[in-house]
Amino acid sequence: MTDTTENLRRVAIDPISRVEGHGKVTLLLDEHNHVRQARLHIVEFRGFERFIQGRPYWEVPVMVQRLCGICPVSHQLAACKALDRVVGATSITPTAEKIRRLMHYGQILQSHALHFFHLASPDLLLGFDSEPTRRNIAGLAAAHPDLARQGVLLRRFGQEVIRITSGKRIHGTGAIPGGVNKAVTLAERDELLREIPQILAWSQSAITLIRRLHETDPALYENFGLFRSGLLSLVDARGELDLYDGALRARDADGGLIFDGADGQHYGDLIREEVRPWSYMKFPFLKALGNQAGWYKVGPLARIQNCDAIPTPLAEQARRDFMAYSGGQPRHAPLAYHWARMIELLHAAETLHRLLLDDDILGNELMASGERRREGVGLLEAPRGTLIHHYQVDDNDLISMCNLIVSTTHNNQAMNKAICRVAQDYLDGQEISEGLLNRIEIVIRAFDPCLSCATHAIGKMPLQVELLDAQGARLSSLSRLGDGSYT
Amino acid sequence: MTTPRKLRIATVSLAGCFGCHMSLLDIDEHLLELLGQVELDRSPFTDIKLPGPCDIGLVEGGVCNAENVEVLRAFRQSCKLLVAVGACAINGGLPAQRNMIPLTEILEEVYHTSPGLAHGLIPNDPELPLPLDKVYPLHEIVRIDYSIPGCPPSAHNLWQALSDLLAGRPPELDQHWIRYD
Ligand code: SF4
Repeated sequence: MTDTTENLRRVAIDPISRVEGHGKVTLLLDEHNHVRQARLHIVEFRGFERFIQGRPYWEVPVMVQRLCGICPVSHQLAACKALDRVVGATSITPTAEKIRRLMHYGQILQSHALHFFHLASPDLLLGFDSEPTRRNIAGLAAAHPDLARQGVLLRRFGQEVIRITSGKRIHGTGAIPGGVNKAVTLAERDELLREIPQILAWSQSAITLIRRLHETDPALYENFGLFRSGLLSLVDARGELDLYDGALRARDADGGLIFDGADGQHYGDLIREEVRPWSYMKFPFLKALGNQAGWYKVGPLARIQNCDAIPTPLAEQARRDFMAYSGGQPRHAPLAYHWARMIELLHAAETLHRLLLDDDILGNELMASGERRREGVGLLEAPRGTLIHHYQVDDNDLISMCNLIVSTTHNNQAMNKAICRVAQDYLDGQEISEGLLNRIEIVIRAFDPCLSCATHAIGKMPLQVELLDAQGARLSSLSRLGDGSYT
Repeated sequence: MTTPRKLRIATVSLAGCFGCHMSLLDIDEHLLELLGQVELDRSPFTDIKLPGPCDIGLVEGGVCNAENVEVLRAFRQSCKLLVAVGACAINGGLPAQRNMIPLTEILEEVYHTSPGLAHGLIPNDPELPLPLDKVYPLHEIVRIDYSIPGCPPSAHNLWQALSDLLAGRPPELDQHWIRYD
């Protein structure tokens, strides 16, 4: 879509609601309401990568989890995995690894439940054009009280797994470089095990529900916001789904391998990032294919189709059903993300069940160490996709370099493609209505973006902000001059 | 508890991580009870984009850009009671770590010199709100009626505080559930 802003009417969706973090969409329309431009802007800048420098490395796992209150465990674990290498713990103890996996799959479960039930399902169950003041979790609770309750309790279970393994439901301290600081007690294990049958049953019925939605309106579900792209995720040594560890695999839009078994320590050889002036979120692409063709999708839809199998039986059957639904062809429809996400919800429940039956989680060998290194990269599959943390540590144990590529960033170009498609298909030439604008948000929500991990910058517009305190006294002011400099 | 008119609650995240909102969801089954008792106005959980007249406003996160200032002032105007929720809202929290470093230096590093950049540039579109020189706590910008400490405050205390406010009492927090880690 063009960049011309002359004589165009601007329509903004601000803020994007029922997503995590801060973002907005702007549309530029000509006099016939033709959409000339549609963009997703990430409007917050926080600069974690800079202010983390100079901090002792052991503070990092608890600092970086404050990037995101929905998936703090992902950031804590990615940082710990990078710093395991720094403390020489190239392999951690079985107890530590299994406790971390419990924490991680607990988080996958709670985050996927939150996204589907609390945030996205009101669109799918109450209707894209339903009354905007009811199109939310309260409206869901009124119309489908059982489903709302299941969502709340599924999330609760995931949060309890996190509390027991990390000390707190949000921003716990369980994982540390080299291992964990706590195992699970028998009583805690039994408390969690008791709930597993119910959690498995609800996860299965969530897949049935989303499949039924697809079957009820296949034209909508298969085409809404459709675009084709490559896929990126981690897979384990056998090529199966693993959300905590593995090597990088990328496929093209037809399912052909671009690379496989790639060591994440060298992610810089595979992935590069581009900055565009209108968003604080960067645009990553596969170096081999270049910035025009090399962008891709991450997250549940990529993972389910990138792996050769899912290593738990119920979710594996659900994956086969998912693939069979399209006759084995790769599926790119954004709304299929929800289906893939519910398959992962079930996989997380099955994995938690397995781990809880494993006596290693009750063990007391929690920490490992070895020869110190100065650098480490930690990768894992966060609820929203591949997460990369990269640190260097100096002689005084202080962080000297930090680079983060967060899950949602990988999906930046994909989300922009999806909103352009929805804008063309539904808004172009139409009188803009609330329901039409909600369609743009619906396609963004399908990716479950976590816009919290994004940024803010200096522009070229002359602009002045004055900050007055509660009494009206001037606290500070900041001016941006036409040349982009500050006074 | 029956009230003649359902109270209206608005919530917003400024420069925060959403952890405080997540802690609010951690009241679990009480959430369904709460949704039965109140009307949700603007919140990340609803599609209402501008706050209408509200009884209680909950604000997560500090103030890091011009847009945060605008939204916070709008909340102060529409809400009878404004509550600062969590460390970021009360004192800037972790994002205020950037206050020690000149903003230009941070932007340079993130968008020009960080590894793996194809070609760096600092985003400069008028659609992006102007970042402030520092991250400010809420009470430096508007009057705040109550604060609930923690990073995030425990679900226990959020539920306690909300129950008190809904009943028209000043919130009393359970000391045992106040944690600063
Ligand atoms: S106080 Fe803590 S939990 Fe709340 S927004 Fe700030 S960092 Fe997140």
